Amino acid sequence: MQLATPEQLNATFIALADPTRRAILARLASGDATVMELAEPFSMSQPAISKHLKVLERAGLVSRGRDAQRRPCRLDAKPLEEATKWLETYRQNWEASFQRLDDLLEEMKATAGSKKIKRPQK
Amino acid sequence: MSTAAVKVTTPSDREILITRTFNAPRELVWKTLSDPELLKRWLFGPPGWTMTTCEEDQRPGGSFRWAWSGPDNAEMVMSGVYREVVPPERVVRTERFEIGCPPQDGEQVATMVLAEQNDKTLLTLSIIYPSKEARDGALQSGMDRGLEAGYERLEQILAEEQNK
Repeated sequence: MQLATPEQLNATFIALADPTRRAILARLASGDATVMELAEPFSMSQPAISKHLKVLERAGLVSRGRDAQRRPCRLDAKPLEEATKWLETYRQNWEASFQRLDDLLEEMKATAGSKKIKRPQK
Repeated sequence: MSTAAVKVTTPSDREILITRTFNAPRELVWKTLSDPELLKRWLFGPPGWTMTTCEEDQRPGGSFRWAWSGPDNAEMVMSGVYREVVPPERVVRTERFEIGCPPQDGEQVATMVLAEQNDKTLLTLSIIYPSKEARDGALQSGMDRGLEAGYERLEQILAEEQNK
């Protein structure tokens, strides 16, 4: 199984942090839409909506169709599924702590006067 | 990499099993898991969090109390009672979140075992929750704090964008 990197998860969280972007995703969940159609329910200009779409695209949550005229937006739910992998985030939290513990153990081994050769990398 | 990344599995509906190998002798690993000053140096949770209190009385019947503080004055307190303490290999204790994890209502039982593997040490931590809901709540709390860290970074990014 391919797990999402912390960077990918961050991009997803950033994309989801904004209420307009969440509303756009909710709208796209019921079907593809053009920028114009997306802008309609919001009191926002099309360029403002396009800016939000860019963030969503960067997070891989939205893709744009090839139709040159309409370029409809489509929801890609995969990053959302990744972000809801609680287990993975939980695991990453532990790993961050354990990596600090690794460093502490190395430090303690060194101060204990261990004769071991210092490793340049972990 | 001298150590393998931590593995997290859920062997049953109420359990979380955590395993990790450390490139250090067992006595040393035990020390970092029992000395409050050493615990504080590594067990401070996700980015932005620090361990503020670490009280330990590691003997059967003895209690512990750990507290962390995070972004926006967030607080998390976990306490419990030791049932078994067998240095340097085994600890069984009850754990309860006082603050910070509402879905985790109720007591969980954590069993930590350190096994010698040549010069390395295998840590196995099993946490059994009172219910599946409590277990899922514990997993999700990590997610929430991950989100907080994400939001913090978002604010930085937005500030940078606005200054362009």
